[in-house]
Amino acid sequence: MGILELNHPGKTVLMMGDEAIARGAIEAGVDFCASYPGTPATEIPESLARVADRFNIYAEWSTNEIVAFEAATAASLAGLRALVAMKQNGVNVCSDFLMTINLSGTNGGLVLVAADDPSAISSSNEQDSRSYARYADLPLLEPADFQEAKDMTKWAFEVSEKLGLPCIIRSVTRLSHSRGNVKLGELPEKKRTAKFEGVYISGAFVAAQHAALHQKLEQAREDFEASRFNFYVGPRRAKFIIVTSGSGWLYSRESVAALGLEGKVGILKIGTTWPLPEKYIVDHLKNVTEILVIEEVDPFLEQNLKILLAEQAKTLGPIEVYGAKSGHRPPYGEMNQDKVAQALASIKGLKTRARDEKYVEKAKELLLSYIPIRMPTFCTGCPHRASLWAIKSALKLDGRDGFVTGDIGCYSLGAGPAGYFQLKTIQCMGAGIGLANGFGKLDRFGFNQPVIAVCGDSTFYHAAIPALINARVNNSNVLMVVLDNGGTAMTGFQPHPGSGCDALGRPAPTVEIEQICKGIGVEVRVRDPFEISQAVQDIYDMLQENGPRVMVFRRRCFRIEAKEKLQKKYYVDQAKCIGDDCGCARFCSRVFNCPGIIWDQKAQKAKIDEVVCTGCGVCATLCPRGAIIVRGAAS
Amino acid sequence: MILKKDPLNLIIAGVGGQGNILASQIVATAGIKEGLYVTVGETYGASQRGGPVMSHVRFSAREQCGPLIPEGEADIIVGLEPIEALRIIGDYGNPKTRVIVSPRPIYPIWVLSGQAKYPPVEEVLQRLGELVAEVRVVEAIKEGETGLAANVVIVGALAGSRMLPIEIKNFEESIREIFSPKDVELNLKAFRKGVELSGGKARIPATSKIRKRK
Repeated sequence: MGILELNHPGKTVLMMGDEAIARGAIEAGVDFCASYPGTPATEIPESLARVADRFNIYAEWSTNEIVAFEAATAASLAGLRALVAMKQNGVNVCSDFLMTINLSGTNGGLVLVAADDPSAISSSNEQDSRSYARYADLPLLEPADFQEAKDMTKWAFEVSEKLGLPCIIRSVTRLSHSRGNVKLGELPEKKRTAKFEGVYISGAFVAAQHAALHQKLEQAREDFEASRFNFYVGPRRAKFIIVTSGSGWLYSRESVAALGLEGKVGILKIGTTWPLPEKYIVDHLKNVTEILVIEEVDPFLEQNLKILLAEQAKTLGPIEVYGAKSGHRPPYGEMNQDKVAQALASIKGLKTRARDEKYVEKAKELLLSYIPIRMPTFCTGCPHRASLWAIKSALKLDGRDGFVTGDIGCYSLGAGPAGYFQLKTIQCMGAGIGLANGFGKLDRFGFNQPVIAVCGDSTFYHAAIPALINARVNNSNVLMVVLDNGGTAMTGFQPHPGSGCDALGRPAPTVEIEQICKGIGVEVRVRDPFEISQAVQDIYDMLQENGPRVMVFRRRCFRIEAKEKLQKKYYVDQAKCIGDDCGCARFCSRVFNCPGIIWDQKAQKAKIDEVVCTGCGVCATLCPRGAIIVRGAAS
Repeated sequence: MILKKDPLNLIIAGVGGQGNILASQIVATAGIKEGLYVTVGETYGASQRGGPVMSHVRFSAREQCGPLIPEGEADIIVGLEPIEALRIIGDYGNPKTRVIVSPRPIYPIWVLSGQAKYPPVEEVLQRLGELVAEVRVVEAIKEGETGLAANVVIVGALAGSRMLPIEIKNFEESIREIFSPKDVELNLKAFRKGVELSGGKARIPATSKIRKRK
């Protein structure tokens, strides 16, 4: 039995932050979960889907975040408890709905988990989603460790239900994707049935609804004053305190200890960061003259705290605030203990524990001149390597300086050496075809470069269809290449509308990409990218045509393919490979760049790396000497 | 329980696809079973695709630690790949750090394309030895093997080394919990092979030790 289902209240287990959030939802009796996958939020809905039958939860992967949020809200309006989780960019997608459902209100507990990605470890931006809570006048909770991730999520449903508003939880990568101790709570008995009653219309009496929303927010502020997720540790009457939220808490506690400041510096940890529990905070500032604010990315807590200090200036007197504005913490990139210790030390005139300079110099020198850089690349067997090779070859043959607009997915790596530097733009979901739309209409200004928009299959359903319709009705000169690998691969191969299964792995109807294209009225071809020479020919031919065209490069993600069936094994017949005499310029290892083929220094010939090769066999079709040979079925 | 050093900081370094995350999960779950606070910070996402991957695993008897190890504070580094072990030293190593490493290289694409050079493995191990207190080389993959469960072999070597205050049985229990029933035996076998290679249980010293040169 998995840890999510364990019915041992009080038992301590290791949980990923995302799992803890899912467990918190289960302990709150969540009924409905709809989401679109996105790092670092994916494991929340994935965890809930895994135990959906056990706890009678409806779980789905929705087409995109706004659809997910709307579907989850429907469950709330029918009196159920619902959760929707997304990465930070997803909040932008659902923000249109967010800015109106706040006015019309909700019924059953509705929790929106926004998982931010400071330092953009797996993202195209590092936006701080907390501003949405202030923007939309919604309550915001920020868990600071794994236990809080679970406990706060459970509480968030109560907050939402009491106020009749969605409650936002902000997680970050280092919580969502880290693991730590969680003490389990009780599993509830679920009894809710769904029934829709009442009227939820935003628009009829907006100003009155907006006024009511502000009243609800005041109610939230009052409730937050007594929250156990806000606490203070440190000496009584400390003059210097750290005010922190979220991931900043653990970093702050460790830094204070590392600098031996436990007796001097207090930490005020705020879990309810919008609206701020003003009385609670002011009560803890009576003796304070200096504050360091520690949080990740934007100075959200810092600015709201400064407003509070200005309002309370008569009572509190002057207080110096250090943080992002003062330059003691960067308002970008993720935080860590070293950054907090550095800030503390510079304010207090202390020295941080220093490493031996000579040692560091020696070790860092190796990094610069000795250890080769390891760029992320496509997995061995990945169809994208072949697709981008075909695109690169066709654009070169075409010779008109054509280029590729990119999108969000594994193939974003195509902007680097993995995809021969082919992608020239990457922004948000669907932006590739959207931009190509515009490029395709620039001919009257002397523009004659062919434009290829690449787009993943999941991205196609999520965000590309309106732009493709636009290309059709405006007759834009664009070739869209859908890189269809059968699922949402980047986040771990969740199903999408073309996959033929649902979030629980049960059979589901499919919506086919080429049928959508035909419905829109654009020419569409389908090709296996491993048939490389034909793929190059197809792309070249399509580049010579005008108007919108779609090529679907279809081949399943090899990570999944390799799990499902045994793969063939390949070897290089070194009697056939003639090494550098071939004239292929070490095509397989050097040019095609698959990490499964290495150069045998001794033999001066190519060689398969058995540890890395997954047996896709595309190299065998590319070797001009036919030296790469299948060994037969794997044992 | 009191730890001699608290928190005790472990980094598992490797290449996307080597099973780094799973290795850290086994170690961390074993730590919880030992009654410790354990925090694991993992690098995911884009780095999953053949880039460097590292997990920070922190053990404390007192409290939950932050997910990232401060600079220079790694007590133990487990390298699933030799240059990835060496890469960690710049930011996290110190002269007291102990290293367990698999010598089997995985070549970066810029090495394959000729833009960068992969240094000889023996030399990489020497360089490591110059910077840390101890290097244990564990041949988790023999020539011609596919490296299946090599991550678990290395975890076995870590368990067997007794560098962590965690009983072998707690590692084995966590393997039973984490893997699906059909994979448990294979992984337990790999784990025990690692324990043996480390010299922790059996005496077969297939492990060579490079002591720090004076």
